[in-house]
Amino acid sequence: MTKVSITVNGQAQTADLDPRTLLVEFLREHLRLTGTHVGCDTSQCGACTVHLDGRAVKACTLLAAQADGKSVTTIEGLARGDVLHPMQAAFREHHGLQCGFCTPGMVMTAVALVNGHEGPLSEHDIREGLDGNLCRCTGYQNIVRAIAAGAVGMKA
Amino acid sequence: MYAFEYQRPASVKDAVALVGDETVFLAGGQTLIPTLKQRLRQASAVIDLGAIPELRGISATADAVTIGAMTRHAEVAASPDVHAAIPGLARLAGQIGDLQVRNSGTLGGSIANNDPAADYPAGLVALNAVVHTNTRTLPSEEFFTGMFETALAPGELVVKVVFPKPKRSAFAKFRNPASRYAIAGVFIADTADGMRVAVIGAGPGVFRVPAMEAALAKDFSARVLAGITIAADGLNEDMHATAAYRAHLVGVMAAKAVASLT
Repeated sequence: MTKVSITVNGQAQTADLDPRTLLVEFLREHLRLTGTHVGCDTSQCGACTVHLDGRAVKACTLLAAQADGKSVTTIEGLARGDVLHPMQAAFREHHGLQCGFCTPGMVMTAVALVNGHEGPLSEHDIREGLDGNLCRCTGYQNIVRAIAAGAVGMKA
Repeated sequence: MYAFEYQRPASVKDAVALVGDETVFLAGGQTLIPTLKQRLRQASAVIDLGAIPELRGISATADAVTIGAMTRHAEVAASPDVHAAIPGLARLAGQIGDLQVRNSGTLGGSIANNDPAADYPAGLVALNAVVHTNTRTLPSEEFFTGMFETALAPGELVVKVVFPKPKRSAFAKFRNPASRYAIAGVFIADTADGMRVAVIGAGPGVFRVPAMEAALAKDFSARVLAGITIAADGLNEDMHATAAYRAHLVGVMAAKAVASLT
């Protein structure tokens, strides 16, 4: 067993884990933070995207032990009480989802994309930035629109 | 995954001391973790290199850029030092995988794995970079020995790579639109050691193209590449591209890289 201490959405979490435990398993099965989804489980779809010390990473391709001592933000950590994060609000406003399965990963990638980008995001930047996130419903149009609007909202 | 012990040493010395028969080093994990998950690989212990400060970071002198083995692709892509000295390398790092992969994957992990479709080997070989391990230094052409094969001895660890600053350099690749792995990628560097052209994705490992190097040394223009054909013999062939198509793409990507500099 491996002892890990990870700050998740601002709260210190400590656990004794099988070293094989993936970060996404720790979040979903130990902490019951089931907003982070497992889509493909093969590092391709990005539904499991969370922030590790502010960087967007795929939580299905990271051992929980690798996050020891670090800070993780999940989709549950974005809203401030009842007030949605500007990116969440933009996804709702622009209908950036259909079934919603990919949405937590899309939103987490989008927030990291805006935070890591100086100046305005072009449509090209957004589409390139979403390379690691798959949506099988929308054709991406409304997701791209939502992220463009969310980016403006985040800078406001 | 099969069960394994997890170790997180704080120094290269401690990491190497933990090496045993079935241990494996964990760098960014973007290949290793999927491989462990599929039970294609079994390890007695995973030695995580993520907490070793001496393996991280980028530094530059007038002549070279040094990149620590555990430096992530996103850090190389965003580094002002790399942009200033070797813009072709920054561009290469910025095109690896996707955003999340670039935020986790590392230089050392990529070159130690030596996937035939990985991008870094082209940059190292074209720039005549030197790989520093915990025991020795190796010119990159001696480091990469074949498909998923390197000169690393069991338990030997990549510490850093020193890239001599070229006069100019560029990278162009034709990507599989889904995986973003290169079908063919060409790195061109005009270096102190002459013109160097290195190809990834097309063959079982990185290789140079002497005919292109000689032609570009005489006249650095995309035009001189037009008459040079790459033999398809021995190139990779799979559901994405035939060997002949890959051979053709090497010429197209080389011309594209040169054109971006002229």
